[in-house]
Amino acid sequence: MLEITSTRHNPLIDPHLGVWSWEIPVYLFFGGVVAGMMVLAGLAMLRVARGEDTRSFFSMQTPLLGFVLMNIGMLALLLDLTHRLYVWRVFTTFQVTSPMSWGSWVLIIVYGVLMVSALIRLPDAWPWLGRTAPVLKTWSDAIVARPGWIRTLGWANVGLGIALGIYTGILLNTMVARPLWNSAILGPLFLVSGLSAGVAVMHIAATLLQGRKAPQGMVGGALSAMLQPMGPQHPEKKTAESLVRYDQMFLVAELVFIALLLINLTTTSASHAVAASLITTGAYAPAFWIGVVLVGVLLPLAWQGLELSHKVAHSVVPAVLVLAGGFTLRWVMVNAGQISEITPVLTLGP
Amino acid sequence: MPRFGMVIDTRKCVGCQNCVVACQVENDVPHGYCRDWITTEVRGTFPSLMMEIRTERCNHCDNPPCVTCCPTGASHVEGFGHTVQVTANKCIGCKACIAACPYDARYVHPKGYVDKCTFCLHRVKDGKDPACVSVCPTHCMYFGDLDDPKSAVNGLLRTRNFRTLLPEAGTRPRIFYLT
Repeated sequence: MLEITSTRHNPLIDPHLGVWSWEIPVYLFFGGVVAGMMVLAGLAMLRVARGEDTRSFFSMQTPLLGFVLMNIGMLALLLDLTHRLYVWRVFTTFQVTSPMSWGSWVLIIVYGVLMVSALIRLPDAWPWLGRTAPVLKTWSDAIVARPGWIRTLGWANVGLGIALGIYTGILLNTMVARPLWNSAILGPLFLVSGLSAGVAVMHIAATLLQGRKAPQGMVGGALSAMLQPMGPQHPEKKTAESLVRYDQMFLVAELVFIALLLINLTTTSASHAVAASLITTGAYAPAFWIGVVLVGVLLPLAWQGLELSHKVAHSVVPAVLVLAGGFTLRWVMVNAGQISEITPVLTLGP
Repeated sequence: MPRFGMVIDTRKCVGCQNCVVACQVENDVPHGYCRDWITTEVRGTFPSLMMEIRTERCNHCDNPPCVTCCPTGASHVEGFGHTVQVTANKCIGCKACIAACPYDARYVHPKGYVDKCTFCLHRVKDGKDPACVSVCPTHCMYFGDLDDPKSAVNGLLRTRNFRTLLPEAGTRPRIFYLT
């Protein structure tokens, strides 16, 4: 028998680490959603630049909604900081070994690209703004008239989306002290989960308020610019189908990455195997198996399969499930990861 | 340039907590927090028991994960003595360093920045030992330059069996426990 007693009693550290509460899962979730939306918007922009699909719904509204969602994520991140007045310090340096430093600079570029991307359709989608600031219309026309610019923006969205999605996983991965996070598979896992959640958000946005005349005013216009398909033209029928088809691929990939993560952890070291058991059989097992695997992946996969084979009507239900699962994945990983710790070799004795 | 480290003789430590109190007083550690602490390990089944008592703190690692993950450079390796220090007015309170430390040696100071053991650099610069070392009644703690062949710490590590905490973390800690 081994009994370890410690006199340490630091708040948020003992009896086990709990420095990150709801803010970080919320930040990682919205970061992932926006990453997924940027990749989708970027791919749609490339089609627009090629002259196909000139009124692509994705490329019009995604960056606008993405910009707003990114702000929610950043607000959560800011609330998590305990020395917030010094947050500007992040932008006075670049620390090459720190994923957070990389992420901070990537986010600055993400903001710029999202704003320029949103500008393409902003004056049309939000008529009040178009009338109030006609210069925006001039800029937007200038971008739209140049396929080369749209192509560049498209690639920038795809590249930054992938970088942002992977960063949210690698951020946790590099914490050497928390074995549950010590798998680089978290990067691609969070990326595909973000892509799936991005599809879900676009699906919900394309469905809400469909078929009504878009409000033209300041507040109503701003909201509808994010949620409502532009003008009298709805997204084409096939848009919903192609969204669902994309999502099926992402969900299957997510399932594969979850399996790889568990294989990776259970076969690495005693510490990693113990950490994996936190989510497979331990305190976080119900949230992981039911919230992440069943609700977040298997149910939407089956439901969308029925939709594609025309056995049930299209609805936002699978999209809502995907979003719930995406948040639960980050919540489970952040919380269980903090509890996981390196098991000292000496404690493994009889 | 010295490379400071500590050697702690677990056969002499009695867990009196003098080091803990000395640190709290010397460094004005906020009430309810500690930069060093006592860990007691009891192994075996009564009456065949083995007990090890040791004082623990930041290990001022040679490969410090708290420094590599810091986005602002607030957590850094100080030139003097190669110790790991935190610059409070560069810290944003993201707590990445706390999550990265396998020894849970850091905490969030009530003022918002992250705080931890400094090896009492302010005392060391004046030629004194860190507060914890200077008050130890059993003289179980030794502080000095690990690279100096004439230092007490260097001599002990050449002549005694020792171990470090969680060597498997790959952090190369610089606090050595004589066993």
